[in-house]
Amino acid sequence: MTTFLSFFNYWAVVVLMMIGYYCVIVRGNMVKKIIGLGIFQTSVFIMFISAGKIIGGSTPVLRDGVELYSNPLPHVLILTAIVVGVATTAVGLALAVRIQEAYGTIEDDELSSEEEEDARGE
Amino acid sequence: MNIADIMPFSVLVPLIAAPVCALLPGRRLPWLLCQVSALASLVIAALTLPAALEGTLSYAFGNWDPPIGIEYRVDAANALVALLLTAMATLILPWGRLTVDQEVPERQGTFYALFLLVLAGLLGITLTGDAFNVFVFLEISSLATYGLIAHGRDRRALLAAFRYLVMGTVGATFFLIGVGFLYIMTGTLNMADLAERLPAVADTRTVRVALAFIVVGMALKLAMFPLHLWLPNAYTYAPTFVTAFLAATATKVALYVMLRFIFTVFAPDYSFVALPLATVFLLLALAGMFAGSWVAMFEQNLKRMLAYSSVAQVGYMVLGVSLVSVLGLTASLLHLFNHALMKAALFMALGAVIYRTGGVQLANLRGLGREMPWTFAAFALAGLSLIGIPPTAGFISKWTLISAALEAGQGWLVALIVITSMMAVIYIARVVETVWFQPRPEGAAAVREAPLQLLIPVWVMVAANFYFGIDTRLTLGTATAAAEALMGGTVSGGLQ
Repeated sequence: MTTFLSFFNYWAVVVLMMIGYYCVIVRGNMVKKIIGLGIFQTSVFIMFISAGKIIGGSTPVLRDGVELYSNPLPHVLILTAIVVGVATTAVGLALAVRIQEAYGTIEDDELSSEEEEDARGE
Repeated sequence: MNIADIMPFSVLVPLIAAPVCALLPGRRLPWLLCQVSALASLVIAALTLPAALEGTLSYAFGNWDPPIGIEYRVDAANALVALLLTAMATLILPWGRLTVDQEVPERQGTFYALFLLVLAGLLGITLTGDAFNVFVFLEISSLATYGLIAHGRDRRALLAAFRYLVMGTVGATFFLIGVGFLYIMTGTLNMADLAERLPAVADTRTVRVALAFIVVGMALKLAMFPLHLWLPNAYTYAPTFVTAFLAATATKVALYVMLRFIFTVFAPDYSFVALPLATVFLLLALAGMFAGSWVAMFEQNLKRMLAYSSVAQVGYMVLGVSLVSVLGLTASLLHLFNHALMKAALFMALGAVIYRTGGVQLANLRGLGREMPWTFAAFALAGLSLIGIPPTAGFISKWTLISAALEAGQGWLVALIVITSMMAVIYIARVVETVWFQPRPEGAAAVREAPLQLLIPVWVMVAANFYFGIDTRLTLGTATAAAEALMGGTVSGGLQ
């Protein structure tokens, strides 16, 4: 039980990761897929950030009387990864808008049947 | 000035040119800027290669010494991939201007800006010695790639781009998870430093899981069977210019990253023992070779046929890796280079056909060989290279692969390699038969030969296929040096 609790951050990561991944695979709606991707990526961000936290550690700014600092590097890395995630979401949503304009739907199964029709017209 | 000091500029030039390109008006200027920056990168990469063959080059950004700062680290393996990338960009651009004019008539400034971002991203992945930097550049190039694919005129290009986005992001995030585990275990992101610190913690589940995540993430990006599902549609519906460039470069860079992690960061003695990678790669490579060739044999759309053929060709590269020997790895790197040459030539020839006829459904191309003799002659000759007939580049890489299989005592692989090559004969011959030996349908509009501006680059690429099939000093020599560098100078004779 104590092992379970002491790793609770990783359990949160695992749960979030599975939720996100499930959304990406199972959901047929493209916007929901993008939401799933977002949750999936966020779980990885949490993994990085929680690894940089040191219990009792202070913010990584030089001050008098502080000996123990948390590791700032994972935070910086994740700042970059968040920007990447935002860009991915933006591109994905932009594509979803264009797909809605071109096909009139963003549901995967309806798109597949439209796709077959396109293939027959070739 | 030291070569190591100018090395980062091959990434910086296209990266800085990209936003400028997006602001340029018209059609001529963005293309010109693109061409100039690709050429500049090529010159730098060409200068880097001989220096990298003599010893590993290193550049520390902002004078922060590695492993604290970010480092560009170049040995024979990355120098070869960087040269391939920049050479392909420089050769495909002059050919691409007409096809882009036709297929992407509007807002070419942003189109070429995306192309420059892809180039900068791929070069960044190749040159960097920092694991997190690989992820960042991977996403830069991937995001730009999704945009480029969505430029296709068919509305299915949008769907292909979206599906590639979902799979590509999952792949990149898997890679990020792997890098995160490595950072948690070792506290460093520098690849050379990781290689030193990993043995101390190698015997933990975390490190094994990190390796698994990185391999699967990269397998998605390099379209290793059965993770190739994004590739056929993405290649088919993207503008031909984009297809030719991606087929020649994007999957190759992902393969390079995978090799870099398996061999340099984790070391082959660890990677192939901690996980049954050799067996998995062997089986998936064979499955990919057969499945890809099989589908290609029956495919009616020629672009899609070549896309499936790429899945099969990735199989050959992975097969070389699965032999875990210097010769096998040499065959992989050699085929990485040669396949880029042959696929670029084939897609460029198809681009010329699309420019004149608007489509590449096989049924519509009957008898066209007599009206576009030069284009289809180039296609047939590049096809010989794809099949692996001497004296083409494809022959050299298949020969090396077969030698590696024999050296590893896996003689039965030779038969399978020959059988899949026969399947390539079938799908190339099918095209040749249709365009040269079938009559033109009655009442079909006359088609003129493709303009010289398209033909000359295609023939340059075809000539390269024959040149590198005869003079193998550059390719085989560099690939051997790169394989030896990756294996760390140790020769372990194949599978134990």
